[in-house]
Amino acid sequence: MNVSLQEPLIQVKGVKKQYGSTAALKEIDLEIHKGEVVFIIGPSGSGKSTLLRCLNRLEEPTAGEILLEGVNITDKKVNIDEYRQKMGMVFQHFNLFPHMTILKNLTIAPMKLQGKSKEEAVAEAMRLLKRVGLENRADAYPDQLSGGQKQRIAIVRSLCMKPDVMLFDEPTSALDPEMVGEVLSVMRELANEKMTMVVVTHEMGFAKEVASRVIFMDQGSIVEENAPEELFSNPKSERLKTFLSKVL
Amino acid sequence: MAGEMNVLGNLSFMTNMITKFKDSFYLNFIKDDRWKYITDGLQTTLVLTFFAVLIGIVIGFFVALVRSTYDKTGKLKILNFICRVYLTVIRGTPVVLQLMIIYYVIFASADISKVVVGIIAFGINSGAYVSEIVRSGIMSIGDGQMEAGRSLGFNHFQTMRYIIMPQAFKNVLPALGNEFIVLLKETSVAGYIALQDITKAGDIIRSRTYSAFMPLIAVALIYLILVMIFQYFVGKLERRLKKNER
Repeated sequence: MNVSLQEPLIQVKGVKKQYGSTAALKEIDLEIHKGEVVFIIGPSGSGKSTLLRCLNRLEEPTAGEILLEGVNITDKKVNIDEYRQKMGMVFQHFNLFPHMTILKNLTIAPMKLQGKSKEEAVAEAMRLLKRVGLENRADAYPDQLSGGQKQRIAIVRSLCMKPDVMLFDEPTSALDPEMVGEVLSVMRELANEKMTMVVVTHEMGFAKEVASRVIFMDQGSIVEENAPEELFSNPKSERLKTFLSKVL
Repeated sequence: MAGEMNVLGNLSFMTNMITKFKDSFYLNFIKDDRWKYITDGLQTTLVLTFFAVLIGIVIGFFVALVRSTYDKTGKLKILNFICRVYLTVIRGTPVVLQLMIIYYVIFASADISKVVVGIIAFGINSGAYVSEIVRSGIMSIGDGQMEAGRSLGFNHFQTMRYIIMPQAFKNVLPALGNEFIVLLKETSVAGYIALQDITKAGDIIRSRTYSAFMPLIAVALIYLILVMIFQYFVGKLERRLKKNER
């Protein structure tokens, strides 16, 4: 497909998510361009994880459209599995496959879904493992690794599919404090390489440092969005001021 | 002197016992080649169990897949309904009755071997229990595994096959092993449709020789040994799968 440089990678148009009578998302509009590193912050229950999970339809929006590279992926006729391959996702609890070795974790999707040969998939996996410094753990099982190592592997697992965008759902929230740094440094490297990223996080310092744009959500709506230095040092809305006063 | 008499008495009592045992053994197993009832019956029991287990596994995994797919995605509504009716009927009625209904009602006019009828009946019965065991295994795997699989681009069934099922199978292996032990012993009601399984064989010998102890205990021992052999292999498989994880 011919994607013009101006066209956003992801467009969110009027997306709503309703759980029974509570609205988790109220009419969200958002555009994410190639190479952007967008951080979503906000109090818990603000809908930031729900929004992120709507982007690859792990959560089905109740209304609205989501376009990936111009294709409406909320259309029921679209084969979502195909488009999910372009969106890597990293979870709070890693969700590595415990019955497979690390190498198998990394190679199963490229081999089964992209038709890569074992040699190709293994070579790519080992190259990426080396980059995160875990090439000596290729034959280990997930339960033998620390939380930080597991999350780095989870990032690599997504990267092995060569995605166009990476979604991070609170990637450091389940980690012991001393392991947060190793995961953030992998993410920082990705950002420096101009990988498009959407990150839901509570790490404000990291957001300030890495983000190209920060979105503040509260009660299912985007309240404020801006460049990080502006948003953190010069919050406009009362709600953001209150939030920042609590977390900074 | 008295002590010596006692020893002699004990000795003659024991030789007496051994002779009786020998006679009984001869009568029940050697005479008229009666051991053949046992070996033929054992073969029937093993064939019944083996093929019923296979059918049970196929039905069980299929039903579990349908039911858990419906629970998670709301798809396969009609199939799910049929599966639930199947589970209710099979688990709600005794296996002996199911066996007799299949033989005397459903296949009443069909010329079909009793062994095949037995395999079908016990297989259908076991499938209901296997499916609930497998379903509990599927439910024991956290949602995160399904989400991770789906987010990589696997569809629901690929995720089931490569990610959920292998883990679920490991979790339910002890319960599955138990179900197959139960099935092996349940085939002992095959005599109700005049199938000569090993239990029936023991009973036939008993009715010929009018001695109950020897044939019935022998049959019981054979079941026990079969179960112990089976347990040994399940335990081995369990250990091997566990080693795979750490």
